[in-house]
Amino acid sequence: MTGEVLLEIRNLVIEGRAGEEWLRILRGVNLTLHRGEVVGLIGESGAGKSTLGLAAMGFARDGCRISAGSIRFDGIDLRMASERVKRGLRGKRIAYVAQSAAASFNPSHKLIDQYAEAPVTHGVMSRAQAEKDAVAIYTRLRLPNPEEIGFRYPHQVSGGQLQRAMTAMAMACRPDLIIFDEPTTALDVTTQIEVLAAIRDAVRAFDTAAIYITHDLAVVAQMADRITILLRGEEVEENDTRAMLAAPRAAYTKTLWAVRRFQRADQPPPREAPLLSVRNVSAAYGKKPVLHDVSFDLYPGRTLAVVGESGSGKSTVARVITGLLPPSEGEITLEGASLPPDYRARTRDQLRQCQMIYQMADTALNPKLTLRQIIGRPAAMYLGLRGRALEARTRALLEMIELDPGSFIDRLPSELSGGQKQRIGIARALAAEPKVIICDEVTSALDQIVQEGILRLLDKLQSELGLAYMFITHDLATVRAIADDVVVMQHGRVVEQGTKAEVFAPPHEPYTELLLSSVPRMDPDWLTNLLAERAATD
Amino acid sequence: MAALIRMIAQRLALGVLTLFIVSVVIFFATELLPGDLASTLLGQAATPETVAALRRQLGLDLPAPVRYWNWLTSALQGDFGVSLANRRPIAELIAARLGNTIFLALYAAALAVPLALILGILAALWRNSVFDRAANAGALTAISFPEFFVAYILVLWLAQSGYFPSMVRISPVSTFGEKLYMAFLPALTLTLVVTAHMMRMTRAAIINLMAQPYIEMARLKGMSPLRIVLRHALPNALAPIINVIAINLAYLITGVVVVEVVFVYPGLGQLMVDSVSKRDIAVVQAIALIFASAYVLLNLTADVLSTLTNPRLMSKG
Repeated sequence: MTGEVLLEIRNLVIEGRAGEEWLRILRGVNLTLHRGEVVGLIGESGAGKSTLGLAAMGFARDGCRISAGSIRFDGIDLRMASERVKRGLRGKRIAYVAQSAAASFNPSHKLIDQYAEAPVTHGVMSRAQAEKDAVAIYTRLRLPNPEEIGFRYPHQVSGGQLQRAMTAMAMACRPDLIIFDEPTTALDVTTQIEVLAAIRDAVRAFDTAAIYITHDLAVVAQMADRITILLRGEEVEENDTRAMLAAPRAAYTKTLWAVRRFQRADQPPPREAPLLSVRNVSAAYGKKPVLHDVSFDLYPGRTLAVVGESGSGKSTVARVITGLLPPSEGEITLEGASLPPDYRARTRDQLRQCQMIYQMADTALNPKLTLRQIIGRPAAMYLGLRGRALEARTRALLEMIELDPGSFIDRLPSELSGGQKQRIGIARALAAEPKVIICDEVTSALDQIVQEGILRLLDKLQSELGLAYMFITHDLATVRAIADDVVVMQHGRVVEQGTKAEVFAPPHEPYTELLLSSVPRMDPDWLTNLLAERAATD
Repeated sequence: MAALIRMIAQRLALGVLTLFIVSVVIFFATELLPGDLASTLLGQAATPETVAALRRQLGLDLPAPVRYWNWLTSALQGDFGVSLANRRPIAELIAARLGNTIFLALYAAALAVPLALILGILAALWRNSVFDRAANAGALTAISFPEFFVAYILVLWLAQSGYFPSMVRISPVSTFGEKLYMAFLPALTLTLVVTAHMMRMTRAAIINLMAQPYIEMARLKGMSPLRIVLRHALPNALAPIINVIAINLAYLITGVVVVEVVFVYPGLGQLMVDSVSKRDIAVVQAIALIFASAYVLLNLTADVLSTLTNPRLMSKG
C-alpha cells in the first residue's frame, strides 16, 4: 500500500499511574498507517496494544497520560487538539470496536439508537437516513433480519451478532480509520470466522484503514497487510504480513511462533479399567434440558479433552460429575462404585478424589487469604494435616507448581501474576491428593506463552502423580497439545469421541469437521480459501 | 407486559398481607399499653358502675380478638369507627389531615426531587470539582442538623423578617396559591432534610457506572460529557435512584411530626402524637395503617418503575 499517510505516531510515551508513581505503558512507539491499510498489533496482555489503539484516537484511559511523542491524524495533531476537536473526530472519522460487544453496548438502548447516535450527533445524516443506512450495513455484515435487528436490545442478540452490530456501528459515519480491539477474542471459533469475514469484507468495501489488535497471530494473518509486534510497551518488529510470517526476525517473534509447539508425548492405549465413568447422563437447569445421554470414561494417567462451543454443555458435565447439579438420568461411577448424585450425600473421601481448577483464577481464589491458607485448607480438611506436617505439605505443593515457597507462602493472590494465580489453583486442587482433576478452560484467560507454561506443568504433574485430567476447552490447539482422548460436544450431546488420533484423523463427523476447519491457521490465505471452499460446497 | 401485571398483582397481594400483619401488631401492641380509656374519660369521679357501663358502651368489655375482628371488618368498609376521645368519626377526623399531609409531602417532593437529581447529576458530571465538594458539604450539613433546628433557623431568617408565615393556618377555603405560600417554610425545611440522601445516591449511582465499557464506548463515539451522563449512565442508574426517592417520599408522609409541630401544621403526624397522649387507640390504629399503606404503595411503585427502566427485565417472560 502506498496511499497517503493517514495516521502517524512518533515516539509515543504513555504512562499509567500506579499509586504515587507513573509507570511507562508505552516507551516510544512509532506507527504509520496509510489510507485503506490494515495494520495488525500483536502482543501479550500488558504489552500496550489497547493503549496504543486508543492513543490513535487521541484518547488515554483514566489514570493514564500521554507524556511524550506525537500523534498526527490526517494533519491534525491529536496531542495538542482541544477536547472539542477530538470529540468531533471520534465516532465520525475514527471509530472503535471493543473486545466485549456485550459490555460495550449500553443495555438500556436499542441497537439502532446506539447506531444512529454518532451520525446524528456529528451531523453526518438525519435519524431517518441513519436507520436506512443501518439496514444496508447490517446486510453487508450478514446479520440476520437486517430490517428488524436494530430494534432489539443488546441482550436479545447473540455474541457474534453483537460483535458485527458493533462493527456496523463503527462504520455508521464511514470513518477513515477503525480501531478493532480484539473483536473476536471472546467468540467461539465457528462464530469467529463469520465475524472475521464480515469485518474484512466491510473494511475492504469502504476502503477503511484499520488497526487490528489481537494476541492471536493466525487471526491477524487473515486481517492485516502489515504486522507490528509489541512487547512491554516497545515495538519488537514490524513488517508486511507475509514477510513476517515467512521469516520472523526478532527473537521474541520467533518465540511467539514456537508457542504452539508444545506436544504431550503419545500415551499407550489404556489397559486399566476406567477411573471415572459418566454413564448415560441427562441433566437440566430447571425445565430446560442441557445434557442428553452423555457417556464417556476417564482413565488414570490420561487426559480427556471435552471440546465444544459455548452452550454445548461441557461445563455442565463438570457440574454433574462434581455433584453440583444432580443429573435427571444416568450416573457417575468412581473406580466402579456409583457416586451419590448430590455432592452433599458424598463422603469426604469421595469429594477428595475429584477436584476442580477454574477458568478465572482471579475470582476462584479468596483475595483475603494468603497462599498458605488457600493451599493449606484442603490439605487440613481432607487429609487432617496439622502444624509442621501441614507446613511441610504446603511448601512441597508450592515447589511442585514451581513457585519458591520461601518467598510465596505468605503472599496474597493480588500479589501474583495471572499465570501464578492459576498455578495456585492447581496446587489447591493437588492438596487434596485427588485422582481426578477437572480443568475448566484453565488456560483460556492466559497469554499464549503463559498458557504453555501451565500446560507443561499439568503434563509433568500428571506423569509424576498418575492423575486423570478432564480438560474442558473450546480451544482445539490446546486439545492437540495435551489430550489423549477427545469428546466433542454439541447442544448437550456427544457427537464424537475416541482417542485424539481417531477424532482428529478423517473422516470426521460434520460438526467436528466444522470445528477443526474453523481454527485459524498462520497461512494468510487460509480465510479466503476456507470461505471459497465452503461457498463451493453449499 | 403480562409479566409486569403479574408482578404488580403479586406485590399488591403481598402488600395486603403486610398491612394485615401490621394491623394485628398495632392492635395488640396497643392492648399492652397500661391504663384504661373508660376510666381516663370519666376521670376521678368515676364509680365502678359508670366505668363498666362506659366500657360496655364502647365495646371494651368484649375479648380482644372479637374487637379486632369488628374493627377490621368495618375498617375495610372505610369506617374506622369514632374517636374514643371526642366521639367524632375517625374517617372525617383523618380526611382533612391526610389531605394536608399529602399536600406538604408532594410540595416538599416537588422541590426536593428535581433539586436532588440536578445536583446529583451535576456533581457526577463535575466530580471532584469545587461544585461537587460544595454540593456534598452543603447537603451533608443540611442533613446533619436536627429538623427542628433547620426549621427554627428558617423561621429566624425568613419568617422573622416577614417574608413567609411561621405558622401555617390552612383552612378548607384557602386557595392553592395561599397554601403554597403558607406551607413554604415547612416544605423548605423538609427539602433540606431529604435532598442530601437522594443527591448522594444519584451521584454515586452514576459514578459507579462511569467505568463501564459502554461509557468508554460513548466517549469514543465523541459524545459530550453531559450527554454521556444523561443518556448513557442515568438510564442504567435509575433503579437505585428511584428506590431512594421512594424511601424519602414515604418519610415525607410519615416522619414529619417534628416539622408539623414547629410550624403548627395540621397534619397526620400531629394528630397521631395527640391521639397517643390521649390514649385514643382507634385513631392511632387508623393513622398507623395509613402510614404502613404509604410505605407499601411507594415501595411497590418504586419496584414497578425500576422494572420499567430495565429492558432486560421487561422483555423476559
